[in-house]
Parts: sequence; C-alpha cells; structure tokens
Amino acid sequence: MYTQALNAQALDAEPDRADPGVAKVEDAVRLQRFQERIDAEERIEPNDWMPELYRRTLVRQISQHAHSEIIGMQPEGNWITRAPSLRRKAALLAKVQDECGHGLYLYAAAETLGVAREELVDQLLSGKAKYSSIFNYPTLTWADIGAIGWLVDGAAIMNQIPLCRCSYGPYARAMIRVCKEESFHQRQGYEIMLTLARGTDEQKEMAQDALNRWWWPCLMMFGPPDTVSQHSDSSMRWKIKRFSNDELRQKFIDATVPQAHYLGLTVPDPALTFDAASGHWRHGPIDWDEFKQVVAGNGPCNAERMARRRQTEEDGAWVREAARAYAEKNRAKAA
Amino acid sequence: MPEANIPLWEVFIRSRNGLSHKHAGSLHAPDATLALQAARDLYTRRGEGVSIWVVPSNAITASDPAEKGMMFEPTASKVYRHPTFYEIPDEVGHM
Ligand SMILES: [Fe+2]
Ligand SMILES: [Fe+2]
Repeated sequence: MYTQALNAQALDAEPDRADPGVAKVEDAVRLQRFQERIDAEERIEPNDWMPELYRRTLVRQISQHAHSEIIGMQPEGNWITRAPSLRRKAALLAKVQDECGHGLYLYAAAETLGVAREELVDQLLSGKAKYSSIFNYPTLTWADIGAIGWLVDGAAIMNQIPLCRCSYGPYARAMIRVCKEESFHQRQGYEIMLTLARGTDEQKEMAQDALNRWWWPCLMMFGPPDTVSQHSDSSMRWKIKRFSNDELRQKFIDATVPQAHYLGLTVPDPALTFDAASGHWRHGPIDWDEFKQVVAGNGPCNAERMARRRQTEEDGAWVREAARAYAEKNRAKAA
Repeated sequence: MPEANIPLWEVFIRSRNGLSHKHAGSLHAPDATLALQAARDLYTRRGEGVSIWVVPSNAITASDPAEKGMMFEPTASKVYRHPTFYEIPDEVGHM
C-alpha cells in the first residue's frame, strides 16, 4: 500500500546529499542501525531507510521471481487443451491462473521499492532481466505436467518457505500468500505421477521419462553451488535469503528421492547414495555447463518463451488502450 | 509512443461479515470497475472474501516512518492511559 509517489518523496527528502562527506558519515550510522533492525528480526517496510544495494538486490530478485511465474505459465499452458480428463483440465487451469496471480503479487511487491511494473516488464521483454532457467525446457508429454507440479513446484516451495521470513515485509507477505497456493500445485502434480506410475507399462514409462528429463534441471533451479555463488553474502547478512543454494538443494533431494521411490521410479543419477551417517542423499555431479547455457539464452525453449511473451504483450496492446480510453471517457463525463 | 502506465489500486477485503476490511495487496487497473474485477480474480480465488474495497493508491496519505518517533511517542509516555497504572487491592476484584 505504498505508492510510487510516496517513495519518490522519500528519496527527494534524503538529507545532506549536497555534501558527500556528511552523507557518508550519515550513511554509516544508518547502515549500522539498519543492520541492528535486521539482526533483531524487525521487518523493513517500503518507506523505511534502506541501503541502496538492499533495494537493488530486492528489485532484481523479486522481479526475476515475478518474471518466472509469468513465463512459467507457458510450459503448462501448453497442455490445458489436451489434459486427459475434465478433472485434470480444471486443476491445470486453476494452477496456471495461480501462477499468473503469483507474478502479479510479486510485481506489486517490487513496485513498493520505487520501480514501475511497466519498467520491469520492459526489462523482461528486452532480454535484460532473467527468469528461472527451468521454464526453458519443453513439456513433451502429459507426464511432464505431473513432473512439473511435483518437482518444479516442489523446488519452488523449498525456495519460498524461507522467503516468508524475508526481512523485506512486502516480499515476505507476498510469499505467504504464494506458499498457501503452492501446496495444491505440488499435490496435483504428484497425483498425476502416481496415476501414471500405477497405470499401464507405457504410462509408467512416460512417468519415468518425465522424471529423467526434469530431475537435473530441477536441481539446477537452486542456482550455482555455494563455492561460486555471487550475491549470497549480503543477501544472507540482510536476511533476504536464509539458506544457501546447496542447503536448499539438499533439502529438496532429501524430500523427493523417497517420493520417487514410492512411485516406483528411478532417479536418473547413478551416483545417488544414501549417507546413513548424516541421513542425507548424496547426488552425483551436476552439469553446470548446461545451466550456464540455458541462463545465457541457449536452452531448448528460451527463444520460444520470449517470442510468445512479446507476442502476448503486443496482442494485448489494443485491449489496454481501449480500457484506458473508456476510463478516460467516463472521467470526462463525470467531470 | 510508449504506453501510459496503468494506475495502481490498493485492495481491502472483508473475509467474513463481522470482521473489518483488511489490506490484501495492490493491482493495476484503468478504472474502478476493472479494479474490482481484477481484485476478485487476484485476491479471492479461494473464498477469501465477502466484500472488496478498491482505493486508488495515490488517494492514500501515509505517515512517514522516519517520523514515527515524534508521531507515536506520546502514547508511550502516557502510562496512566492503561489500567495497570492504577493500584487497587486484589480483594476488590476487577470489573
Ligand atoms: Fe508460483
Ligand atoms: Fe506453483
């Protein structure tokens, strides 16, 4: 509930900008006070003072998260008209609509930091902003819809639950809303997998094939290993992030390997072993070159996803224009 | 020509009768009718509400968090506004 106008005022009101020396001392004091608030688990709200890097980190992270939700509608939307039953179709339609909602909650959260949604969308359309690498993989069979719900939404849950305690209030509140809805997504996906796994040999094969193709890209969703990950230090100190990439990846593997076994499916990792001492499943090497390629725009569907998103934006232009003209006409009439 | 930005609205939802409307989030819409419809689609997909208010964000005047000391201090120093300030023997009981 914080308008851009308010945020602009807050920025204009920054004192002593004219004297960089004074500003520096002020900033050091403010920075320390800010860190104390974070350490005390206080939430930061939109018009509170915050370091510029905190603001920028959040704008980037929240907008990338929003873009991912929006682009993420494409691989699943691909199967809405071909869902095998009315029950599955209704569920998939509701899920894809939820993902759109997630994108919109997140754009709204990013806007509280003083950027306009239109600006963020432009960054996506121009290719300047990134979205989750996972959505650049194709959905070839119906089983992929099961695998996405189970694994991709499962990974999203692992990522998003700690974000409900993110130090930035609007992001944390958006995540609470999102997490409430994700559980349905994950369950409907697993139910699809279970149905296929208990079906005919061909259906079981489809389920296994989907797991084979989605497993590794899902592990990559958590981002590069801790040894090479950028951004993490300040994000952890400022409690934007509470777990490292590797920690979240481990949680995901520990949760999903037994679920794969329950389905009677094989995780496509010959090196996967259970380490009884630590109680963790240990995975084999991840192909980080593939990840880099997909992030750089060379994944199987990057071009298709962006072309579709740009086309949609263009196709919607006349609708936005008509709605604006209608609102304008009514305002003029009322005046 | 770049498109003009679509105005921002704040959404308040009454989750059931007897409770007050509570801030649920924001959205963009060209006018109030579309804002209401978008609020229904965006914030009440699972029976979260029985009534919605939408308010143009720029119609809200907010207090400045940087001034919260000055703004709210008077309530902190006036302990005599709380019942615990007054000493009454236990046997009197309370109402
Ligand atoms: Fe989502
Ligand atoms: Fe989801």
